[in-house]
Amino acid sequence: MHRYILNRLLLSIPTLIGAAALVFLLMRLIPGDICMVRLGGSGGTVSASALAACHAQIGLERSLPLQFLDFIGGFAIGDFGTSMWSGKPVVQEIASRLPVSLEIALLATIVAVAIAIPLGTISALKQNSWLDHVVRTVAIAGIATPSFWLGILSILIVLDVSHYLLGSPWMPSIDYVPLWDDPWGNLSIVILPAITIGYRYSAVTMRMTRSAMLEVLREDYIRTARAKGLVEQLIINRHALKNAMLPVVTLIGMEFAFLIGGLVVTEQVFNLNGIGRLFVLAVQNQDYTLTQALVMLTVAVFVVTNLVVDVLYAWLDPRIRFG
Amino acid sequence: MTAVTDDLPVRRRSWLAASLRFARRQPLGTFGLVIVVIAAIAGLSAEWIAPYSPTANDFAAMTEPPSAAHWLGTDQFGRDLLSRIVYGARTALIIGFVSAFVGGFLGLVLGVASAYFGGWIDDVLQRVMDILMAFPLIIMALAVVAIFGTGVQNVIAAITVPLVPRCARVVRSSALSIREVPYIDAARTSGFSHARIILRHMVPNVVAPFLIMLTAFVGQAILAEASLSYLGLGVQEPTPAWGLMLQGGAEEYASTAPWIAIFPGLAIALTVFGFSLFGDALRDAIDPKMRER
Repeated sequence: MHRYILNRLLLSIPTLIGAAALVFLLMRLIPGDICMVRLGGSGGTVSASALAACHAQIGLERSLPLQFLDFIGGFAIGDFGTSMWSGKPVVQEIASRLPVSLEIALLATIVAVAIAIPLGTISALKQNSWLDHVVRTVAIAGIATPSFWLGILSILIVLDVSHYLLGSPWMPSIDYVPLWDDPWGNLSIVILPAITIGYRYSAVTMRMTRSAMLEVLREDYIRTARAKGLVEQLIINRHALKNAMLPVVTLIGMEFAFLIGGLVVTEQVFNLNGIGRLFVLAVQNQDYTLTQALVMLTVAVFVVTNLVVDVLYAWLDPRIRFG
Repeated sequence: MTAVTDDLPVRRRSWLAASLRFARRQPLGTFGLVIVVIAAIAGLSAEWIAPYSPTANDFAAMTEPPSAAHWLGTDQFGRDLLSRIVYGARTALIIGFVSAFVGGFLGLVLGVASAYFGGWIDDVLQRVMDILMAFPLIIMALAVVAIFGTGVQNVIAAITVPLVPRCARVVRSSALSIREVPYIDAARTSGFSHARIILRHMVPNVVAPFLIMLTAFVGQAILAEASLSYLGLGVQEPTPAWGLMLQGGAEEYASTAPWIAIFPGLAIALTVFGFSLFGDALRDAIDPKMRER
């Protein structure tokens, strides 16, 4: 097992370097650079000397290979540098935006799992019943509905309901407060975005749970368990569900890694200052160091999630052994 | 020998009979297909169906609720929502189909080639696919738009790239099992070229999972286009696009003119719903293991 994990970690190095090269090149292919954005912000022409001074100040006068080596070297030792736009350390920029995004992502995952696994299991157990059809239709609708539209609709509903109940429309604050400082204030900010993202997430997970359960319920060992008179509840929980969880765990892991895309759009809808919006700002300002750090963070989360999922496989299914 | 074959009943099912059988066995899938066909008709014949021009402003009828004159109401610029949704179907379907087909085709070729050649070619291709899978779609799109500017072709490019590795992964796993089949060895020993073996002997055998994936891709591409347009990174005004219709006005007028937010979103959700239902039914109809599920 240890050797397998080590092998996988070594294999992830080319992926990380490749992603680093891709984001490095993509950012430099964008016409202009951060100095042009900064100096040309007020309009008018930018003098060559001011541009050269700006380039020298943030290290853009160096050759591209040198800049790339600097970026990769810094990443290897955990030094992400300073944001070219704000001048603050990148770690600090990310740390100040991370809590809200992370909380939404975790809450969305909890919402998704809490809805998907019971409903997916019931749907499989009551295959082709009206309940199964309803669950499947709701799941497909969840995949088809754009999360930003769901966000807009939820805002619409909150406005209308609060107007009806309180006499004036109410919306939660957009300034993030930590959970332990003001639990109600915190939940009122993150709950709608979490449900918006969680619905789609739950729909995908529900479909996978149903199809995995259907497959497992036809296995011989389930028939054996039934034949020896085991209580149905025990068969479902201990024998079927545990084995059906393999593909479901993979999917939950993969979807968690993909949440960043959902966050960019959802944070826009709810006007939240999280990682998603920081991403958009960083690219728009052509802040190379910040964009590079954010992409590397996302790719690293993806790689680690994949690894964790594969290791969980071995734990869930003893038949799988890694060489 | 000939007598025997002559006596055998030849089961030739007509196209119509096969369709009716599909409709009877897959009512939800047929419903999905009907939605897709309606969207396609709207997109193809928008000029004849739409009651108004999608860009015409009627400043006397701004944010007007649904009425006999404007069935789905008007937006903040006095443009007829129904007409914009009908024309928006064209934008959505063009982007959806082109991205899905180009991304799907590239993924098909790369996935089969990766499985066929194996060895270092497979390793390198898989690492490249890993990078593309791990790279956030939205950042790729942001960068593509920043480099090349906004517009339909660039949106298609931004959406196509992430579809390639997803397709290649699935196709590769199907193709790996086909590689071991004796007729591929026979083709190799007959001295056929790699291109001929891949295109004539391997690709046709992975077409079934590929087609099912393609219907899902069209829906995903429509959703991605809507998200990008909503963020202001996709199709630009005045081109009618569903995601773009939800940008700006939809939130601002959420409480006073909710129809601006409701109908374009409904158009996106219904169309993608249609593609998903049809794709699911197609999978169940093609895959014998899924038939009883």
